[in-house]
Amino acid sequence: MATITGTISAVAPRRRGALMEWLTTVDHKKIGLLYVWSAFLFFLAGGVLALFIRLELSQPGMQVVDPDVYNQFFTMHGTTMIFLFIIPMFAGFGNYMVPIMIGARDMAFPRLNAFSYWLFLAAGVMLYSSFLFESGASSAGWTGYTPLSTTVFTPGAGVTTWILGLLFVGTSSLLGAINFMVTIVNMRCPGMTMTRIPLLAWAILATSMMILFSTPVLTGALIILLADRLAITSIFSTASGVDPRLWQHMFWFYSHPAVYIMILPAMGIVSEVLPVFSRKPIFGYKAIAYSSLAIAVMGFLVWAHHMYTTGVAPQLRAFFMIATMAIAVPTGVKIFNWIATLWAGHLSLKTPLLFVFGFLTMFVIGGISGVFQAIVPVDLQVHDTYYVVAHLHYVLFGGAVFGIFAGFYYWLPKMTGWMLDERWGKLQFWLMLIGFNLTFFPMHLLGLMGMPRRIADYGADFGWTRYNSLATTGAFLIAASVLVFMINLYLSHERRVPAGDDPWEGNTLEWATPSPPPEYNFETIPTVHSERPVRDMRMAHGRQS
Amino acid sequence: MRAFNKTRTRSVILVSLLVALLLALFLPAMALAEPDGPPSALEPASPVSAAIADLHTIVLIIAASVFLVVEGLILIAAFRFRRRAKDAGEPPQIHGNTRLEIAWTVAPAVIVVALFVLAVRAQQNIDAAAYSAEPGVPISVEVIGHQWWWEFRYPDFGIATAGQMVIPVGRVINLQITSADVIHSFWAPELSGKTDAMQGVINQSLLRASRPGDYYGQCAELCGVSHAYMRLVVTAVSEDEFAAWVKSQAGDAAAPAETAAQTGQQIFQSAGCAGCHVIRGVPGAVGKTGPDLTHVYGRPCFAGCTLATTPYNLAKWLADPPAVKAGSLMPNLNLSPADIASLVAYLQTLK
Repeated sequence: MATITGTISAVAPRRRGALMEWLTTVDHKKIGLLYVWSAFLFFLAGGVLALFIRLELSQPGMQVVDPDVYNQFFTMHGTTMIFLFIIPMFAGFGNYMVPIMIGARDMAFPRLNAFSYWLFLAAGVMLYSSFLFESGASSAGWTGYTPLSTTVFTPGAGVTTWILGLLFVGTSSLLGAINFMVTIVNMRCPGMTMTRIPLLAWAILATSMMILFSTPVLTGALIILLADRLAITSIFSTASGVDPRLWQHMFWFYSHPAVYIMILPAMGIVSEVLPVFSRKPIFGYKAIAYSSLAIAVMGFLVWAHHMYTTGVAPQLRAFFMIATMAIAVPTGVKIFNWIATLWAGHLSLKTPLLFVFGFLTMFVIGGISGVFQAIVPVDLQVHDTYYVVAHLHYVLFGGAVFGIFAGFYYWLPKMTGWMLDERWGKLQFWLMLIGFNLTFFPMHLLGLMGMPRRIADYGADFGWTRYNSLATTGAFLIAASVLVFMINLYLSHERRVPAGDDPWEGNTLEWATPSPPPEYNFETIPTVHSERPVRDMRMAHGRQS
Repeated sequence: MRAFNKTRTRSVILVSLLVALLLALFLPAMALAEPDGPPSALEPASPVSAAIADLHTIVLIIAASVFLVVEGLILIAAFRFRRRAKDAGEPPQIHGNTRLEIAWTVAPAVIVVALFVLAVRAQQNIDAAAYSAEPGVPISVEVIGHQWWWEFRYPDFGIATAGQMVIPVGRVINLQITSADVIHSFWAPELSGKTDAMQGVINQSLLRASRPGDYYGQCAELCGVSHAYMRLVVTAVSEDEFAAWVKSQAGDAAAPAETAAQTGQQIFQSAGCAGCHVIRGVPGAVGKTGPDLTHVYGRPCFAGCTLATTPYNLAKWLADPPAVKAGSLMPNLNLSPADIASLVAYLQTLK
């Protein structure tokens, strides 16, 4: 035995410098951190773009940017928040946590994992560098509707670069999805049956399945558009008689599932935080796990609810209406199970749980306003207005982003080894909650009052000024809350209050490792007997002593 | 028992405080609604928009009830079950309850089915409302979206206008909506929902105003740099006023009498304007790229209905169109101030 150990250490690689280590790492935790912090930087960039949008709209008239730059800003705001922030942020949390949570030493394909990250970063750099072109970044909206996004109507390198960036980031997320699926199915430790894996792993698994089946369709659409723009084909040219809805079908076949790709992992985080902070098991584990799968399947049957106004046949509209509304059922199941988890618990109202409460309350509003838009006649009024902007932010900001901050406060102590400050955390939560509602609640009303989305300007006599000013005020409160988060990061980093292995009395395996966990995660691969292995260990330890 | 009551009282106080806080946040916001009267989907001026607004109200009531129940449960949980000093050890470990879980799967399903039935019925009412026979035959209007203005053609009368669509109250207007370039979306909230305008596709929409008035709207689909400046107004008038309007629009442009206007017409023909604009009765003015100007001064607005039709605004526009509306297909023709004055004088005769 001794000889073998000696041989292994003799061939162990030389220790590299810190920079080389980060550039060449294939450790899932380091790659996870790279994802998390890169995505956070893109969140800041997308947020700055949003502030410019809100400044421009706070008053009628053009004050801050010109209409073309405005269009570039909201195009890049949407593109950033979806493709460079939320989706990669969950890839980051998934990368860091899922292997540890299922008792593995790494992802199934570590090199592919590193490749996925660097592809994503390249996409981000490419997308942002398009601002350097004389014609600027893409101004065709994150939806890139044809024929507006063809060279006839939007010449310049912006849209072409946008296509390339999306192809890169799509490929990155596709490879990541395959990696997650293989990891979760094959790398579980002894005893970790599929009905014992943490609900975050279920959420990532469902998300990965959606990515696997939807991304190729977007990729196909993007490649066709690229060929059109390079004057090889003219498939999306309506002047030559092509149905202009072709792109929309292909685009939304990916991009509606993308909404669930962005919300399911946040629901996974919620399902992890709730039991720990209420000291109860999750209520209805299987219902929550299977409802994720149900959402993943049903999410593919609703894409044309984005197209009610395009003149699709009434029978089709009715189908997409009922299919869309039906998603409220598995979503409702989750929400009631979460409330039941809280019920009669011993709630510890620490920052992670506060952000989960933020998620629950805001996501309920977003879910309900989604039902309004599923209803065809109502949608014909609210479609493409600020009502939709309000709805999608209640789902993606109120839902996904609050979930992400819950994840930060819950897992950063594990990732760094030090605690985040509770007072700054609570201040951030309340600022963000109030700022968020001030920004986005009035937008429901603006939409009903006839304000279309994506307009750079409006008349002083339209009656929209006050709500817009209110929304702009709220946006700056949100910015302040993000600033508070960064102050908290800095101060907590300076103070380094040690987190210990298990600061929250957690349930899942990451809490059985040191903070931060070593490269190999576990000295010995654990064997688990329930979906709460670390609680089992605590209980066993308690009985012994 | 006393301790329990105290806890409950405190929970109730906290919940009411939070609700009060939310109301304090949003009630002033509601009160901020401005008196000018935005083109609101909830202040309908047509049977179609009225039916949609009614449906919206019903859905809002159902949604608000669901919201109150769910948020109420969340808030009660947050306050009633906070960890307290006496809460040593774990609460009862409940892993689930099949009956409850079936109940809260079925309940949303029932609500969803009910909403679906309501929505389908409302759609039938809307179709009926749009088609319901009123005196007079339907009027066809071809609505054509351009970057960045709306063209309205009345094939029955041989009229073409831009920015403003005039319709008689109570009559069914059969809109045939299409686009000359990118996708646009026709929307006047007080009259009906949106219908997309797409090149190569003709989407039909039925419109019927229930009372006279000016109903504002604008393009609702991102269509390029001046998307925000693609506005429109639907003016609903009595049958008599409509007949008079048709008569005024049907004729060719009258030859100008004053010298300045005559000079203006010559400039119009020589400076390139005629290549893009129709003025019926003016030789050579047959271009189809820009709006038909035969009766431009009779319209309340121009330039994508962003400017009121006044001599000052016309002069401002002619001096440099792309400066007024970014990306405007009408270029800066580098007209001299004198030319502009003559052209404005001429345009003023086109009533």
